[in-house]
Amino acid sequence: MLYRILTLIRKEILQVLRDPKTRVSIIVPPILQLFIFAFAATLDVKNIPIGILNWDAGEQSIELLQRIRGAPVFSKITYLSSQQEIAPFIDNQRGAVVVFIDAQFSRKLNAGEEVDIQIILDGRKSNSAQIIAGYLQQIISQYNRDFSKSIGLKQQNTVIVPRNWYNPNLLYYWYNIPSLVVILTLVVGLNITSLSVARERELGTFDQLLVSPLIPFEILLGKMIPGIIIGVLEGCLIVTIGVLVFGVPFTGSLLLLLASLFVFICSIVGIGLFISSLAKTQQQAILGTFVFLTPAILLSGYATPVENMPNWLQPASSLIPVTYMLIISKGIFLKAMPASIVLHNIWPMALIAAFTLPATMFFFRKRLG
Amino acid sequence: MTPKICSNSSPRSLKRKRSLKRVRLRRLIALIRKESLQIIRDPSSILISVVLPLILLFLYGFGVSLDLNHLRLGIVMEDSSPEARSLIESFTNSSYFDVKIARDRREFVDDITSGRLRGFVVIPSYFSQFRHRKSVSAPIQVIADASETNTASFVQNYAQGAYSNWLQQQVASEGLKGMPLVTAQTRYWYNEELESRLFLIPGSLAIIMTLIGTLLTALVVAREWERGTMEALMSTPIGIFEIILGKLIPYFILAMISMTICMVIAVVFYEIPFRGSYWVLAIVTSVFLFCALNIGLLISTVSRNQFVASQISLVVGFLPSYMLSGFLFEIASMPLPIQLFTYIIPARYFVQSLQTLFLVGNVWELLIKNTLYMLLLGSLLLIVIARKTVKRLD
Repeated sequence: MLYRILTLIRKEILQVLRDPKTRVSIIVPPILQLFIFAFAATLDVKNIPIGILNWDAGEQSIELLQRIRGAPVFSKITYLSSQQEIAPFIDNQRGAVVVFIDAQFSRKLNAGEEVDIQIILDGRKSNSAQIIAGYLQQIISQYNRDFSKSIGLKQQNTVIVPRNWYNPNLLYYWYNIPSLVVILTLVVGLNITSLSVARERELGTFDQLLVSPLIPFEILLGKMIPGIIIGVLEGCLIVTIGVLVFGVPFTGSLLLLLASLFVFICSIVGIGLFISSLAKTQQQAILGTFVFLTPAILLSGYATPVENMPNWLQPASSLIPVTYMLIISKGIFLKAMPASIVLHNIWPMALIAAFTLPATMFFFRKRLG
Repeated sequence: MTPKICSNSSPRSLKRKRSLKRVRLRRLIALIRKESLQIIRDPSSILISVVLPLILLFLYGFGVSLDLNHLRLGIVMEDSSPEARSLIESFTNSSYFDVKIARDRREFVDDITSGRLRGFVVIPSYFSQFRHRKSVSAPIQVIADASETNTASFVQNYAQGAYSNWLQQQVASEGLKGMPLVTAQTRYWYNEELESRLFLIPGSLAIIMTLIGTLLTALVVAREWERGTMEALMSTPIGIFEIILGKLIPYFILAMISMTICMVIAVVFYEIPFRGSYWVLAIVTSVFLFCALNIGLLISTVSRNQFVASQISLVVGFLPSYMLSGFLFEIASMPLPIQLFTYIIPARYFVQSLQTLFLVGNVWELLIKNTLYMLLLGSLLLIVIARKTVKRLD
């Protein structure tokens, strides 16, 4: 029996490697996506074009504006000359923010009065707008501190000291690459297994497998194991590129990551074969994969954090193995996550695998019968 | 297509020309009819054009959100003076935080590693002492888990906000004349409540339209190549443009129907304001679909195989429209080569137009510019398709 399964596994792997289209499709798109997405999928805010409307001629406003100009997040500065220009500037997205300083600014400041400045942001991009507002707020606080010191006002003797653990410079690709390890492995593992049975069925070679001495269980194993092997290898490839090419720190245990990757792929392969056993044609398998992949990625916390979702939807994310694997991958890469926490996230995946694999077996048998 | 006729202008040939025109129109209508029947009879096209948009709209409406309303934050209260307590209160009163309080920072290390907390604030034991000294200032440490990079910047921003509130209270209660001297009055236009849904759902319509326009067309036309019925069509006297049109029109109508369904859901169910005009929306959508359908046709012509067509349309159509269109990720923050690349992605123009039409209204300059860009891209694609397909006939 072992020999029979081994030959089937060998045949499956050869099939994937020999067909140039499949061979290319498991290597090139993931790597390409890794490179593009690592840099493109960023919620970072940089190179912001900014508009400035300054009615004040005093030196205080010039000092403040110089600080804003000097901040590295702002790139192109447009000087507006009237309030009427603000709306078209924002509407046409020539800039994401307008800073408006009143004519009384310097006079009031020198008199020691409180003074407002208007910051108008484009709510069409509310995430970036909030981050930009945060940057401006920091510049203004610093300005306040320096100004009150210079005129000898009593200081508020407190200061916020921000610290960002695990990723001190808030580099977005440090977050992205550990996540992409999971997402790309998911896509490849699912694609290979979900198409495997459907393709053989369409080509008619599945019947040949059925008349061979292999029992359904062995066929299933023979379809599953290559998916697991290729998935784990794909994951390792991306981890290697992430560490060697991108220089993302790898602080945790490689062994733990491999073990989690293995459990994760087992649960994914189960789902892939499940789709495959339901699909009559390749097209249906492709659609089925897509219908599973989209929620699996969107609800897993990859695109946006799980806690942002409405409370009634959050339980859905705990049914998706990707959610746990994302926590583990980011944890092992950046946080040196200890085994106890990793195990805490492995068992739900194992549970999902323990459910999907027998379910697939059941459906597989049924479809054969 | 016989161009010779044009040079001839005798009454007989004119008549022939007219009848030829009629024949062409009839042929086109027959083609469209055939294609429409194929769509209606094939469950997978209905699945892609109706069920999938509904699923996607649901996911983008609820599953994807950038609104952090319940940041799980820890506070380490090493100092329990009244000042420290009032500072902690300004955190616990903020609706942005779910606060957990501890006496020792070691209690939180595990929570941070496992992701149960997104950050924590440390108020050191010497906080109130230092506050009254001249030479040093009392530090408030805000530690964020930056392995969730975006969340970390929000932890810092919101902590800054809670701190500023506290400062203002201190100024008021202690009668201190001093900071803050300059106050920023922030106004978020068009989205006062800062709900990310308001721009994510309009943007997701662009992704759904790409999916229908590109994936569906690519799959179905590739199937026609795979089964050899495309060659059969080509051997008939139908011209290449008629074949292309006959393919484009039914899928165009299908996509427009799907767009209408999505619009109804977005406006009625999700209550996204729509401030532009529906006519402009229809025009912009049509021009975008012109691009998306052409991309689908081109993919199927090049690949002629369903599996490859689906892979290419995911990589060329779906993923860029999701990642590189400015729907979720800011284009200005990407590296320059990728920024340049986004100019050839039609979804980029469509996402911007949709967000503007929904939230701002008819901003003519922006809308006309975007529509012209899409028209240009679509026309270029059409030329490439016509060339490719003609060559195949030889």
